[in-house]
Amino acid sequence: MSLLQPGFWGRTRPLLPIALLVALLGQVDSRLESAEPGIEFNRDIRPILSDNCFACHGPDARKRQAGLRLDVEDDARQALQSGARAIVPGHSDQSELVARIVSREPSEVMPPPETGKTLTPAQVDLLKRWVDAGAPWEGHWAFLPIRRPVPPAAADPQFVRNGIDQFILAGLASQGLDHAPAADKVTLLRRVHFDLVGLPPKPEEVESFLRDQSPEAYERVVDRLLESRHFGERMAMFWLDLVRYADSVGYHGDQPMSVTPYRDYVIDSFNANLPFDQFTIEQLAGDLLPNSTRAQKIAAGYNRLGMMSAEGGVQDKEYLAKYIAERVRNVSGAWLGVTLGCSECHDHKFDPFTTREFYQFEAFFADIQERGLYSGSDQTGAWGSSMPVPEPDQERELNRLDGELSKGKAQLDQPSPELAAAQADWEARQVSKVVWQPLAIASAQSREKAELKILDDQSVLAGGNRPATDTYTLAIPQVPAGTTALRLEVLPDDSLPAKGPGRADNGNFVLTELVLRRHREGAEPVVVELQNATASHEQKSHAEKHPDKAWSAASVMDGDARGADWGWAILDEAGRTNHAVLELKSDLQLAEGESLSVELRQNHSNPGHLLGRFRLLATTAPRPVKADGMGLPRNVRDLLAVAAVDRNDPQKAELAAYYRTIAPELQPVRERLATLQKQRDDLNRQIRITLVTVAVEPRMVRVLGRGNWMDETGDVVQPGLPAALGGVPGADRRLSRLDLAQWVVSPQNPLTSRVLVNRLWKQYFGAGLSRKLEDVGAQGDPPSHPELLDSLAAGLIDSGWDLKRLIRTMVTSGTYQQSAVPTPQQREKDPFNKWLSHQGRFRLDAELVRDNALAISGLLNPKIGGRNANPYQPPGYWAYLNFPMREWQNSAGDDLFRRGLYTHWQRQYLHPSLLAFDAPSREECTADRVRSNTPLQSLVLLNDPIYVEAARVFAEKVLTAGGATPAERLAYAYRRALSRAPRPEEERLLLPLLEKHLADYRADPEAARKLVSVGTSPSPTPLDPVELAGWTSLTRVLLNLHETINRN
Amino acid sequence: MVTPHSSIRSRRTFLGHASSGLGGLALGQLLQRDALSRASAAEAVPEHRRGIITQLHHAPKIKRVIWLYMAGGMSHLETWDPKPKLKELHGQPMPESITKGQQIAQLQGAKLNCFAPQHDFVKHGQSGLEFSSIWPELGKHAADHMCLVRSMYTEAINHDPAHTFMNTGTMIPGRPSMGAWLLYGLGSEADSLPGFVVMVSTGNFGQKQPIAARQWHSGFLPSRLQGVEFRSKGDPVLYVGNPAGVSRERQSDLVSTLNAVNRLANEQLDDPEIATRIAQYEMAFKMQAGVPDLMDLSQEPAHIFDLYGTKGGDGSFAANCLLARRLAERGSRFIQLYHRDWDHHGAVKAHSQGTAAEVDRGAAALITDLKQRGMLDETLIVFGSEFGRTPMAQGDGRDHHLAGFTMWLAGGGIRGGMAYGATDELGYHAVENRTHVNDIHATILHLLGIDHLKLTYRFQGRDFRLTDIGGKVIEPILS
Repeated sequence: MSLLQPGFWGRTRPLLPIALLVALLGQVDSRLESAEPGIEFNRDIRPILSDNCFACHGPDARKRQAGLRLDVEDDARQALQSGARAIVPGHSDQSELVARIVSREPSEVMPPPETGKTLTPAQVDLLKRWVDAGAPWEGHWAFLPIRRPVPPAAADPQFVRNGIDQFILAGLASQGLDHAPAADKVTLLRRVHFDLVGLPPKPEEVESFLRDQSPEAYERVVDRLLESRHFGERMAMFWLDLVRYADSVGYHGDQPMSVTPYRDYVIDSFNANLPFDQFTIEQLAGDLLPNSTRAQKIAAGYNRLGMMSAEGGVQDKEYLAKYIAERVRNVSGAWLGVTLGCSECHDHKFDPFTTREFYQFEAFFADIQERGLYSGSDQTGAWGSSMPVPEPDQERELNRLDGELSKGKAQLDQPSPELAAAQADWEARQVSKVVWQPLAIASAQSREKAELKILDDQSVLAGGNRPATDTYTLAIPQVPAGTTALRLEVLPDDSLPAKGPGRADNGNFVLTELVLRRHREGAEPVVVELQNATASHEQKSHAEKHPDKAWSAASVMDGDARGADWGWAILDEAGRTNHAVLELKSDLQLAEGESLSVELRQNHSNPGHLLGRFRLLATTAPRPVKADGMGLPRNVRDLLAVAAVDRNDPQKAELAAYYRTIAPELQPVRERLATLQKQRDDLNRQIRITLVTVAVEPRMVRVLGRGNWMDETGDVVQPGLPAALGGVPGADRRLSRLDLAQWVVSPQNPLTSRVLVNRLWKQYFGAGLSRKLEDVGAQGDPPSHPELLDSLAAGLIDSGWDLKRLIRTMVTSGTYQQSAVPTPQQREKDPFNKWLSHQGRFRLDAELVRDNALAISGLLNPKIGGRNANPYQPPGYWAYLNFPMREWQNSAGDDLFRRGLYTHWQRQYLHPSLLAFDAPSREECTADRVRSNTPLQSLVLLNDPIYVEAARVFAEKVLTAGGATPAERLAYAYRRALSRAPRPEEERLLLPLLEKHLADYRADPEAARKLVSVGTSPSPTPLDPVELAGWTSLTRVLLNLHETINRN
Repeated sequence: MVTPHSSIRSRRTFLGHASSGLGGLALGQLLQRDALSRASAAEAVPEHRRGIITQLHHAPKIKRVIWLYMAGGMSHLETWDPKPKLKELHGQPMPESITKGQQIAQLQGAKLNCFAPQHDFVKHGQSGLEFSSIWPELGKHAADHMCLVRSMYTEAINHDPAHTFMNTGTMIPGRPSMGAWLLYGLGSEADSLPGFVVMVSTGNFGQKQPIAARQWHSGFLPSRLQGVEFRSKGDPVLYVGNPAGVSRERQSDLVSTLNAVNRLANEQLDDPEIATRIAQYEMAFKMQAGVPDLMDLSQEPAHIFDLYGTKGGDGSFAANCLLARRLAERGSRFIQLYHRDWDHHGAVKAHSQGTAAEVDRGAAALITDLKQRGMLDETLIVFGSEFGRTPMAQGDGRDHHLAGFTMWLAGGGIRGGMAYGATDELGYHAVENRTHVNDIHATILHLLGIDHLKLTYRFQGRDFRLTDIGGKVIEPILS
C-alpha cells in the first residue's frame, strides 16, 4: 500500500511524552486569498525580505534598526518610532518600505549601499504589487504544522503510480510542462540499484529483469533491494555525513578514535528498518533509556563523534565550549535542518532564534562526561569513556576463557598440607643469616658542594644545593677483616622530597656507578673489584630500553658498559628503605695505613636524581651474599620481615597467596592460567571498542557574550527549546537529552520529518524539493512542491517513521521511473528540473565510484561492518601529521577491497581518492555534498592503483569468461560495466585501441608485465601478460567513462 | 560546472545563467575582465576554470599571491618587533595589568616573567627598516620592499584553530581556505597546473606541529577549488604519474579514446557535465606533463641555483621558493609554502636563529628573482605565522601568543620599507593600528581587485565570506 493512498492517514501512534510544540510564530492561518494570485508570500516575498532586510530588521534585537522588524507580521505593520508604517496593506504609496526601496537618495535608499545589496527592478515591483494586494502574510513554511493535503486528481493513469505523481503532474500542468517518458528498463534498473544499494546490477540481474515482463517486475526488484544487506550501507553513507562520523579526532594531532561499532549500528538500523524516531532517540539519548541495551549504548556514542583535541596548551574551558557548541550545530543541522549555530554569538539574523536559546539548547548536552583537553594519542580509551563490543564469536570465546580461568584459579587456591610444608621450607630459606656491620665514615665529599652530613647511625644525609649530577666520595678508615661484600642502604628521611631516599622531586635517585678503592699513603689507589650486584628492589618503570629491563644494581658496577645514563633506581618505593649488595671478588683486609674510599657517581641525565640518605655496611659471611628479598614484591618482603608466629590471618593469607604464585608444584597450573590469560588478552585486543556517552551531573552552562568562552557574566541557563519551535514546556524538572530526543521526533515537530523527506528526495531525484538541504529557515529555499513535501512528511510520521516504506513510495513512483533525458522544451522551461519533468542525472558519490569499479571487476569484498579498511594510499600522504608521526598501513588481503564507506576516515587527511570525489572531511554536519567535476578526479580514475588493479582483474574476467572474439569480449565487458551492449560506433573506437595496445605490448612485454602486476590480488589463471595488458587498457577506458560513474 | 545541482541544467541555460553560477562569461564581460585583470589568456580559459566574478570590483594591483607561512608561531620578538624595554625587565614579573584575564596556553598556572629578546635588531636597506640580525639575506635584498605589520592579533591560541583562523577567516572547521576563495572568485589561468598549490617543508629546530589538509581545503565550496599539494617525495601531485607499464603515449591513447566515447554520449545527451568531464580529462592529461615540467629544473641556470642556495629537489623551503616562482610564471593564482619549524617553546635563541636561516635565503631569493623578471609588481608576498610568542619566558623559550605579533607583506601594491602598527613596549598587545587576521584577508582581496564584502557564497542560508564578519583593508600600507 502506498504511503499516500487513502486509509494510510488513519494510522496514528500515541504521542510521545512531551509534545512541546504549541504555537508556531503565531501566524498559522493567515494564508490569505491574494488579489494577486501570482504572488505567494513564502515563495516570492519572504526570500527578498530575508536576504535584503532581516539582517537589520529581523530577529536579532541588538542589530535592529529604527525599531522595525520585518519577519513578524504584526511588527511589520506597526507604526514606527518615526510615525511612518513600513507596510500599509493595500497602499504601496503610504508604505515606508516601498518609499525606501524606490528612493534614489543614498541616505534613504534600502538596502543601504554599504551593505552591497541591491534590489532588482523586478523585486521592487513585486514588493509593491504585494503591498497593494494587501500584503498577505504567511508563517515560514518550514515552521508551520505539517498538513495532510489530498493529492490532486490526475488524468494520466499511465504515469501515475502513487500520490507523488499526482502532485508532480499538477505542478507540471501549472507550468505547461509534460513529464518525460518512462526510462528504459536497463537505465531504471541501474538507477534503482545505485540509489538503494549503491552497487550496479549484475549481468544476470539485468537479464532476469529484462525477461520479466510482468507489471510487478520492477516492484519486485525494489523489494529485493530494500531487503539487501547493502541497503543499510547505502543509507549509512547518507547518515554518517550528517552526524560527522569519522575515525580520527580532527583537531591538532588528529589521532585515531574508535567508533566503528556506531557505524555498524547505523547500517544495522537501516537494514532492520528501525523506526526513525527510535533511531533518533537511541542516538541522542540511548544511554538514558531504562535498561538500555548494548545497541542503544553504542548508538548514544553519537554524542561523542565530535572533534576532540589533545594539543598541549589547550585551555580546557575553551574546548569544552567548542565541543558543546558543535553539538548544537550538529543536532540542529542533522535533524532539524536549521542553523541554530548562528545564534552562538548573536541572535539569529534570519530565523527567530535568540542567543539565549542557543545556550539553552547547549544545556541539553551539559550532562555528557568529557574533557576539554584529552591526554591521549592512544586508540584505546584515551578519548573518554568507551566500551568493548565483542562480536558474537568473540563473546563466546570470552565466556569460555573466563570459565577456564576461574576453574584454574580455584585449583591454584586450593590449600593442601604438602603446599603448606613447602611454603614453610621456602620461608626459612628467605631469612638471611648474614650479619652486616655498619661502616664508620670519616668524611663525605660532594663534587658539586652539596652538603653531606654524617649522622649518628653512620648514614649520610645530603642537603643544600641540589646539582643536576654529582659524585660523592666517602672515606672509610676500616672494614672488618675478610670482608666479602658491601651493602649500600638507601634510607628515607623527612627532609628529602617525597621522603627520599633520593633527592629528585619524586624521592628517586639514580646511582650510575660505584667505585671502591684501596688507599695507601704514597701509592696510587687500587680499585677493589666487585661482582654479583643484587638489590632488594630494582625499578621496572621507564626501563624498557635498559638492557636488564630494570634499573638494576648490576649497572652500578659495569663501568658504564650498559650506558652512562643507566644505574640503580627505586621509583615506586620512594619513602622506603632498600639496599643493594655488591660482592667483593676477593676477601678484603686493610693493612696498617690503608683506608678505603667509595665513589658514588650519579650522572643520570634527568637532573637532581641524587642519593639523599644512605649508609654502607659490610659482612664477612661466605659468598654468595645477596640482597634480602631480592626479586620479591614489596609486600612479601614486609611480610617476611614479620616473624611467622606474629603474622595475623590476613598476613598469612597474603603470604600463602604469594607463595602459590611461585610454588614449583603449582607450575603446571600457573602455566595453563598464563596461557589462558594471554589468550584472553589477545582476544581483548582484537575486540573493538566504541566511545560511549556517560551522563554525569550537568555542568553549568552560561550565555557567553559574543560566544566568548572567557566571559563569566552571562546568565546561567537550563535546557530549553527555542520558543519559535515550541518553547519551554513548563516542566517542573530539568529537561534531559531524552526529552530533547523525544521532542525532535514528536509528531508536532514540523521540521524533522520535512527535513528528512527533503534530503531523501535528493538521494532519489538529485535535488531536494527545497533545494537548500542544510537550511529550511528563512534563508532556505521554499519547496517547489510544498503539498507533496507535507504529504510525505505526514505519511512518514503516520507510518511510525517507516523509512523503507517512504523510500519504496519514492522509488516506485512514476516520477522516479521517468527518463533522465530532458526534451528541448523541458530544458527551456524547466532548466533546473524544479518541476521534475524528468529524472536527474548525477555522478555517483565518492564511495560508490570506488564500489562500482570493484563490483564491475569482481574485486569487491562484500563484507558488512567491522573494523575500518585501509585501501592503497600513496606513501607519505600523512607526512604532516604528528603526535605521533604515522604512516598509513595498507590493509592486507581482501580488506583492501571493501566498500568505500569502510575506509578509515581521517578527518585531516581523508583518503585522497575519496576527497577528490567530494567526500567531506566530516568535521561538521554535511547535509548536502557538492558534486564537482575536476581534473583530480580524472587522475584518480586513471592512475590510483586500485582502479588499475580493478581494470586488470576486470580484463582477466573478460579473457576467461567473455567469449572468444574481441567483439564478444567487448560486449561482455560492456554488460558488466554498463549493463548494455556496445553501440557500433563505440566498438569502432574501442577495438582499434585494443589492437594497437596489443601490438604495442607485444613489442614491449616488460611494460605489459609491469602493468598487469599492479595491485596485490592474485590472478586466478595464468594469462598471457601481453593480452592481459592490452585488455587492461580497454577496461581502464570503461572504468573511466562518464557513463560508468554516473547514475542516469 | 560545479554547483550542487549542475547536472540538471542544460548547456543553454548554463550560459544564460552565467552571472549567477560559477561559470561562463559573456564575451563582453570577458573583455572587460581582461582590461581589469590584465589576464593575458583569459579568453582561452574554459568555463569550468573561470571564477564567479565577471567584473572585478576595482582595478587590481596583483595577479597572484605567494604566502610564506611560518608554521608553529614565529616569535615576533626575535624577528621583526624590537622591544628594548623587554630586555630591561628581563627576569622580572610581567605586569599583571597586562596579563590579567588573558588567554594562556602552556604557561597556564606558571609564573609569568619577562624574557629579553634574544637577538640584536639592526636597520636594513635604504629605508632603514629595523628588524632582527637573523635575517641577513632579507635585510640585504628585500627590506625596502617589505612592509612589516607589527600590530597583528588573532583569536586562537592553539596551532590547529589558529591555522584554521588564518587560512579560512574563522576557527570553525569546514569553511573554505583563502586559496579556494580566490579560485572561486577569479578562476585559474593555469591550464596544465592547479591554480592553488601548497608545498610544505620541515625544519630542524622547533617542534614539528601537524598541519591539517583543512588548511587548504575548499570547505563548502566545490572541491575543484581546493589546494593541491606538491610533494617532494613520490608523485609530486597525487596520482599524477602513469601506472607502471603505461607510457605517456599509451595514456594518451587511453584518454583520447575515452573522451571520444564520452563525446559520443554527449552527442546524444548534450549534457554539460559530460562536456566538463571531457575537458577535465584533457586538463588532467596536461597536468601529467605540466607537473613534471614544473618540477624539472634542468633548464634553470646556475646563477639561479646560487641565488636560492639549492639545486632543488631536496624538499627545502628554498627549493619550494624556486618552484613557487615557476608556478607563478605558469599562472598559478595562490601558492602557499608552509615551513614547519617555528614552535619554539624552548631554546628560542638558538632555534629562532636556526629556523630563520632555513627560511631567509629562499625568501630573499624569491623576491629578488621575481623582481628581476618584472613579476614582483604583480605578485603579493605574505610572510607570517598563525600567531606570535609570549614576551614571557617558558624556560628559555616562549609560549603561544595571540594578542600581538608581526606579519609582513611585499610586492605589488605594497609600500615597502615601512613598519605599520605597534605592540605595547613589552610586545604583548597590539596597540597601535591594531590589525586583525581578517584585515589581512580584506587587503589581499583588495589588491586582487575584489571587495571582500562582495565575494560571498550562500551556505546554510548565510552569505559567507573569507573575512567572516570582519575585515577592513589596511589602506596606509598600500602604495
